[in-house]
Amino acid sequence: MKTWQRDTITSILAIIVFAILTGLIYPLAITGISQVAFPGDANGQQIHLDGKLIGSKIIGQNFGTPVLEKNGKPREVKGAVVTEPDPRYFQTRPSATEGGADNAAASTFSNHGPNSVKTKEADEENIKAYLELNTAPNKQEYDPGLTVGRIPVDAVNSSASGLDPEISKANAWIQAYRVAAVRGLPRSTVDGLLAKYTAGRGLGFSGEEGVNVLELNLALDRMTKGKG
Amino acid sequence: MTFAGWFTIGAFAVVLTVLALPLGTYMAKVYTGDRVFLSPILSGPERFLYRLMRVDAERQQDWKSYAKSLLIFSLAGWLFLYFVLRTQDAFFVPHALNPLGYHSPPANVTFNIVSSFLTNTNWQYYGGETTMSYLSQMIGLTVQNWLSAGVGIVVAVALIRGIVGRSGKGLGNFWHDMVRTILYVLGPLSVISALVIASQGVIANLSTYLTVHTITGLEQKIAMGPVASQEAIKDLGSNGGGFFNVNAAHPFENPTSFTNFFLILLVLIIPAALIFMYGRMTGNRRQGYAIYAVVIFMFLGGASVAYIAEAHGSPAQHAAGLHTGVIAGSGGGNLEGKEQRNGIAGSALFDVATTVTSNGSVNSSIESYTGIGGAVPFANLSASEVIFGGVGTGLYSILLYVLLAVFIGGLMVGRTPEWLGKKIEAREIKLAGLGILITPLAALFGTALAVATKGGRASISEVATSAGKLGIHTPQAFSESFYAYLSQANNNGSAFPGYTGLIQPNAGNLGAHGITFADVLGGLVMLFSRYAPILFALAVAGALVGKRVTPAGLGTMRTDNGTFAVLLIGVIILVGALTFFPALLLGPIVQGLTGHLY
Repeated sequence: MKTWQRDTITSILAIIVFAILTGLIYPLAITGISQVAFPGDANGQQIHLDGKLIGSKIIGQNFGTPVLEKNGKPREVKGAVVTEPDPRYFQTRPSATEGGADNAAASTFSNHGPNSVKTKEADEENIKAYLELNTAPNKQEYDPGLTVGRIPVDAVNSSASGLDPEISKANAWIQAYRVAAVRGLPRSTVDGLLAKYTAGRGLGFSGEEGVNVLELNLALDRMTKGKG
Repeated sequence: MTFAGWFTIGAFAVVLTVLALPLGTYMAKVYTGDRVFLSPILSGPERFLYRLMRVDAERQQDWKSYAKSLLIFSLAGWLFLYFVLRTQDAFFVPHALNPLGYHSPPANVTFNIVSSFLTNTNWQYYGGETTMSYLSQMIGLTVQNWLSAGVGIVVAVALIRGIVGRSGKGLGNFWHDMVRTILYVLGPLSVISALVIASQGVIANLSTYLTVHTITGLEQKIAMGPVASQEAIKDLGSNGGGFFNVNAAHPFENPTSFTNFFLILLVLIIPAALIFMYGRMTGNRRQGYAIYAVVIFMFLGGASVAYIAEAHGSPAQHAAGLHTGVIAGSGGGNLEGKEQRNGIAGSALFDVATTVTSNGSVNSSIESYTGIGGAVPFANLSASEVIFGGVGTGLYSILLYVLLAVFIGGLMVGRTPEWLGKKIEAREIKLAGLGILITPLAALFGTALAVATKGGRASISEVATSAGKLGIHTPQAFSESFYAYLSQANNNGSAFPGYTGLIQPNAGNLGAHGITFADVLGGLVMLFSRYAPILFALAVAGALVGKRVTPAGLGTMRTDNGTFAVLLIGVIILVGALTFFPALLLGPIVQGLTGHLY
């Protein structure tokens, strides 16, 4: 037998063997072990409320309510439901996912370039929306010191995944004024919850601290419910 | 910039070095056939695999025979993966492994994807969660994550054997090296790291996508999948192809700032260990240390520049009135396209680690990096992936540069150049020179074709173009195209994600079509610049293996000291800069030097 023929036979056998070993046994074993050893993590840290699935702890959500047309139906642009942020809840970072913000079935980057006019316009729009959201109906900012220069970058720049579950503490502190006022809670209570759901840096130095928005909002709901 | 940020970069270099040293020793034993601590467990399965594959593992192969086995094996892998992807919705695929009933991607895109995964590039015109079934991710893409990494490593091993070989023509046996790579190196590392990240929140399941009803009354769909297993080998094997569209920016691939640090380690651990292994196998560990000093120096330089540039913020942010400095409770910086938990330093370090290696995974959007921050990945790619480089590919590429540096050094001092006691002659220099020039050639030709033709410009994203009279002729549009072919030619796979070769109106490929120009050109660029340098590296090994070794004398130029390290850095920068500087000027550098918006 010539060497190329022998190589061909071995190649075919090798692909079959390796496909079974690394393409079936390996992923299925890892998945199986994870399902037994870390079922919560392996299934995406799902959060249920009253028996209903309401989110994943580590996937960012849009805490907005649908904008309704005059006929009572939700307004849609390009198939995506238009929403406006619900002031009772902390809001996640801007998201550029297709099919509406925080679409966890199709993660997408914003692709905004550093020197692009479009990026500047998007930033300006987000700044405007953030200021509006954090301004009370009486035209007073909830956070009395709030100016454009004080808005933290994470509140304006879209996240990479479009699914960032966290916001910076600075962002949360500003929003805490609003949430406390709208819900009629003392600031100290909101700040306490905020601190509770802040994740530290990995290993003490890696990355940045962040506040988990979904957990924080759920805790707020529990607290308000408990009161009334 | 913060202290924690700088500390992350410094601590990373230390941890990497400490872990890579013993792994290098271990791998040297694996490839010299010595017993290692895993031998009692793995030697049985090893012999069983040889029997299954009908391999005579003892048979020595010369460079041509080694190359022939490698090429035929790669061709078989190419055809298998193409078959898997094109039959994604065939009747024999169990529903549980394609729960959303995804159709196959179009033929032209599949050509690109298959070439991409075979060549360890993992360039992705598709988004995983909207294109691939679980079966395709597992038996299709994951398999090549292992095998393409293995092919890279065995070529480096064969080249080292050629350099240190004392007799005959044999470079070892391709099948023997592949099996040992999978069983002894990639296997244990992948299993352990997959379980580590799964314990931290990287998902591992075969469930169908979740439908969530949020507390504000909206519906959210959440993609699922067997992610942990693929994530581990994707980073260990310099693959970089994300399970999800946004790769390691996705919280299910990279959930915490700890996993972020851990994944960066996985990316660099094998390339770093291979350098120490080289020192061991030459019998002089200092040979490895000299190269390691070169690459870690260039790596840390790149990471520092990227960190400083990103922490400074972008012109667009400043024009909008944002304050980008560090304030209480926020790290500031250019957070466009970055995740809060990773922060600026964690994003910059990840980005540099995956672009110096041929990994190409991203945890942030390179398209949104500042001009100078984005110039770092460009520079890394322009250095032809020798700063650590991909698993194996990095080592064999930098060894070709070492050969070139030895030659240039020899000319400078006026002696016949020698490397580890072997005379370097015209044949080796010609082969190494060609091996080094293939990648830039493919990158620049690809870019030129893409920006000069209508078919190529169709791939440029809308956000990169200006509304004004510049239209499509913005530096960002050029950067997108240039980066695409630079990345594919270097088998890296990271991208300015706006550049596209797949139009996908619906998830699941219904009505999807590829952009043939970008798909085919990219695929050819990847294949050419993967296999041609491999052939040149093996040919160099073949030319060196039979040479007699002369003992080092007083006049021998040493390749294991600081002087040589500096010379090597000079050669790498010189070749990279001379080749790519004009093109770099047109894209990232012009953006980095101006505060102007367009």
